[in-house]
Amino acid sequence: MEWEVVIGLETHVQLQTQSKIFSGASTAFGAEPNTQACVVSLAMPGVLPVLNKQAVQCAIRFGLAIDAEIANRSVFARKNYFYPDLPKGYQISQYELPVVGKGHINIQVGSGEQAYEKNIRITRAHLEEDAGKSVHGAQQGMSGIDLNRAGTPLLEIVTEPDMRSAAEAVAYAKKLHELVQWIGICDGNMQEGSFRCDVNVSVRRKGEEKLGTRREIKNLNSFKFMQQAIEYETRWQIETLEDGGKIQQATVLFNPDTGETRAMRSKEEANDYRYFPDPDLLPLAISADDIDAVKQHMPELPEAMKQRFQSQYALPDYDANMLTSSRAVADYFVAVVAAGADAKLASNWVMGNVAAKLNLEEKSIAASPINPTQLAELIKRIQDGTISNNAAKQVFEAMWNGEGEVDSIIEAKGLKQVSDSGAIEAIVDEVLAANDAMIQEYKSGKDKAFNALVGQVMKASKGKANPAQVNEILKKKLS
Amino acid sequence: MSLNSQDIKRIAHLARIEVNDDEAQATLNKLTGIMALIEEMQAVNTEGIAPMSHSQDVTQRLREDQVTETNQRELYQSIAPSVEDGLYLVPKVIE
Repeated sequence: MEWEVVIGLETHVQLQTQSKIFSGASTAFGAEPNTQACVVSLAMPGVLPVLNKQAVQCAIRFGLAIDAEIANRSVFARKNYFYPDLPKGYQISQYELPVVGKGHINIQVGSGEQAYEKNIRITRAHLEEDAGKSVHGAQQGMSGIDLNRAGTPLLEIVTEPDMRSAAEAVAYAKKLHELVQWIGICDGNMQEGSFRCDVNVSVRRKGEEKLGTRREIKNLNSFKFMQQAIEYETRWQIETLEDGGKIQQATVLFNPDTGETRAMRSKEEANDYRYFPDPDLLPLAISADDIDAVKQHMPELPEAMKQRFQSQYALPDYDANMLTSSRAVADYFVAVVAAGADAKLASNWVMGNVAAKLNLEEKSIAASPINPTQLAELIKRIQDGTISNNAAKQVFEAMWNGEGEVDSIIEAKGLKQVSDSGAIEAIVDEVLAANDAMIQEYKSGKDKAFNALVGQVMKASKGKANPAQVNEILKKKLS
Repeated sequence: MSLNSQDIKRIAHLARIEVNDDEAQATLNKLTGIMALIEEMQAVNTEGIAPMSHSQDVTQRLREDQVTETNQRELYQSIAPSVEDGLYLVPKVIE
């Protein structure tokens, strides 16, 4: 009998604000412990939370980006639990009335022939505050508490259980990760915890309607770990059920060293958070005008940009997809085209040589040593026939290594393409004179011999002859 | 809805309040009284009335996103029972 895995995600996205969600303390990462923990972060008696406008605008932005309903009235609630990094004894979150309602995100899964698109439904997104951090092992028998992070604004984004494989879950997480950076609400820094995923996994027999019992993998902050954790968890659940066992609802942690998931010690009183509306906070009202004001500053969304690339630049679907996979890449490409490069050539270079180099050196496109204007200059030299594609690759290497500008490199390396037909003819004649055997082969119908002759001519010209012209002249001479 | 002393023990545990049997019984009596009051209120017909999350019909004022707090760690930690390297120390917790 075949099994099916069912996956839903909850993602905590740290919003890009200067100050905390309910106080004027800084949210900057990496400060000395507790230097950004004000009386509100510390939960001193008598303090009151005041909501950060920017955090609300970030939530509206996200709602607009996923085509969701934005609540004109939403309510903050207290989620009660005890933990030392939560000094109030409750986290301020939203429960019954979240700020962002149902929406959807379109994902592309896989590549090549097997690639497909899928629509992932978003259940809701709500605003909440982050907790502090516990540092274990500071002193025997004690834990150290750092409340710098307490009160950092988060948007928790919850999906429907719409994903059916680890690949789909990772594709969704990556898409969401790009989207929140694209619309400028999150820096996307996963090492610093700005983007953390909880993954709910259950399995059921194929064809079964009822969902199986789920286990929640907590706090995954890398796509690689997410893939591994889901694959392990899925196997474990199937094996457990096939061995006649039962799945207990649980929270599990992924151990990257062993590649396994392991249930956290189950608490006696599991998840009784006793939510209730926070009396310290009034309902959050968002008017149509508020939404319009945010709309004014929304960047063009990846989906719209993708379609524009296809219609405006006649790029294939694949190119348009790749180029809009991140805002930085899209911006770079647009700048190359704006500087006068042919769009399809620009697309090939950005997705090809530039991407390969960046990958190799683990750099982001923003840190590329070749800026869009320089790349455009290079492409223009291919367009106007000054250099061949192969020579362009050498120029690109040299530019990448900081050896100068396009024209000076072409000059210094003597890469200028020979398009003078007289000169090419001379070389062709020389090659033909020396390769009688190949000519006979070609004339006896072996097409390969023709390519070999082209190769000889290119070699004799030190790669500088214009290949199209070489082809043409050779054909003429051999006919 | 009626409560028993097990419920009281559970609620007390969730709130991390230690109660002995006598206290649990006394609390049970008080809470049962409150539950009776709630039942009385639930008899009121509230159909078509949207629930309020606050007693006043006003909405949340928003704050500009500006850092207004300075580092006052030394002052705040002067009343803490135990600190080390800027961290507040508490009895060890491991999940």
